[in-house]
Amino acid sequence: MSLSPAITAKAGLAPPLPTTIGADERAQSLKAQATLIRRSVVEMIGRAGLGHIGGDFSVSDILTTLFFSVLRVDPTAPNSPLRDRFILSKGHCAAALYSTLAMRGFFAVAELKTFLAPLSPLNGHPNRRKTPGVEANTGPLGHGLPIGVGAAIGAKLAKADWRTFVVLGDGELQEGSNWEAAMCAGHRGLDNLVAVIDRNRLQQGARTEDTNRLEPLGDRWRAFGWDVVTCDGHDHAALYEAFTAAHPGKPRCVIANTIKGKGVSFIEDRVEWHHKVPTAEQVELAFKELV
Amino acid sequence: MTAPALTPASAFDCRVAFAETLIELAKVDERIVAVCNDSVGSSNLVGFQKLFPERVVNVGIAEQNMVGVAAGLANAGFIPFACGAGPFLTGRALEQIKVDVAYNGYPVVLCGMSPGMAYGELGPTHHSIEDLSWLRAIDGLAVVVPADPAQTTAAVRWAAASATPCYIRVGRTKVPAVTPERAAAFAFGRADVLRQGADVSLAATGAMVSRALAAADALAERGCSARVINVSTIKPLDEATIIAAARETGAIVTIEEAAIEGGLGAAIAEVVVRNAPVPMRILGVTGFAPTGTAQYLFDYFGLNCDGIVAAALDLKKR
Repeated sequence: MSLSPAITAKAGLAPPLPTTIGADERAQSLKAQATLIRRSVVEMIGRAGLGHIGGDFSVSDILTTLFFSVLRVDPTAPNSPLRDRFILSKGHCAAALYSTLAMRGFFAVAELKTFLAPLSPLNGHPNRRKTPGVEANTGPLGHGLPIGVGAAIGAKLAKADWRTFVVLGDGELQEGSNWEAAMCAGHRGLDNLVAVIDRNRLQQGARTEDTNRLEPLGDRWRAFGWDVVTCDGHDHAALYEAFTAAHPGKPRCVIANTIKGKGVSFIEDRVEWHHKVPTAEQVELAFKELV
Repeated sequence: MTAPALTPASAFDCRVAFAETLIELAKVDERIVAVCNDSVGSSNLVGFQKLFPERVVNVGIAEQNMVGVAAGLANAGFIPFACGAGPFLTGRALEQIKVDVAYNGYPVVLCGMSPGMAYGELGPTHHSIEDLSWLRAIDGLAVVVPADPAQTTAAVRWAAASATPCYIRVGRTKVPAVTPERAAAFAFGRADVLRQGADVSLAATGAMVSRALAAADALAERGCSARVINVSTIKPLDEATIIAAARETGAIVTIEEAAIEGGLGAAIAEVVVRNAPVPMRILGVTGFAPTGTAQYLFDYFGLNCDGIVAAALDLKKR
């Protein structure tokens, strides 16, 4: 089974929101887009009866900012060699990624209805061989950053100017492989690499700081040789700035402070909503808040 | 009976052929890069590094990152050869091999250096005897074990051109040449019948192939005609050659420098039991090894001429 293409996908690597528009206009447009993505996520998870809604909501503004105003990717030519690379290391937030990719034109939005259905390309974790726009199959945590580091080294070797972005969960940073990759990227001064930490402070079972402390998180990345920026992970203007400002000689780590479940009051910052599924009634309530 | 000498002065370390071939390929293809874990020396990459310093990505002692980085380099359009001692490459980075390489379908060439019990006295921590078992279970990952330098060269050339995720064992145990000069040294997916025989088949891989040939000589002296098959592609297995051997010789002994659970012997048994059930003996490593040189350990586990002959004769007695 393969995904049908989007009807109106626009060719070219340029993001839909041009760099020339005003910051306010960009932020407003991104905010509206992120709301559409969250609505799509609620609908998908409600229908499928499975998903990771809390993390989908915390990462939605990050994904929206990247795909609609930063990443140079072409939905009509997803494997264009000069594209920016985007890797969602927290692969369990596939519903948010799929919604973003569909709305960005990689495949038809109607396909989102097949999420988790038997034989659907839209698996519970993304698969690059089935879903255009997916750069790496992820799911087990701690895999995205090493792949991103390899891609960034590759761009340097090829003397190409495309960039690599990796979005990681914060709990995921408890996996040691991330720190192998962080050390390597810092050592090599990969200034074409951006790691974005979705810092929602919750992991599956409890708060990160009660489980296996991450703080002082910024200092840890700085000690590994990264240029660290901390911002509100739901502030599109701040995210845009963090993703686009240069960071010569060092890879950049954006610690995006987020709220798990952001956007729906009864889901926000509650550990049980890591992968709880909304009832039909809760889906309706969520729609009322997501406007 | 004593085993004939199997490590003459002319015997080869397959890493040399590996390194020379990689350099030849890299000279004409800029996409070839080496990724390693502080193993420039032990992976025989010193010469490669001198010629192409930028194309050796040494990530330090960090195998998980090494394999992930290799997958990322493949994403960027390169052909990465990820080189590390077999036990650490395949053991420490097993999930990266499964997910980053095989499930993603990135054409990384995983080079398990000094596999099997090549590190002899360094002990079971440094032996790679489980690699064939656990990698064989991974969908879409080819598993290749060259038996001599000519096969190593041909397998490395195939891997670079294949655009397929694959694992190649690159042996440091000295081996004689076993490939007939007239033949193509290695064809992916093909098992080579090195010697015809009608009474029993000896299916061996890697450093064990020369031992199977020696055992066939010894068996001939006892009136037993042994077919010798060099299985250099463990996955996908050359089923036709194996089924023919089962039907035509009625008994199979498998010989591998690997744990007997899940490797070459198991792969062959899976085919035989489905298609042409015959009695089999699976010779390999049967536990964590005691202290000893690689050659000592081969004898300890019966991976020598005597052991193979005894297994074959025992099978034929049944």
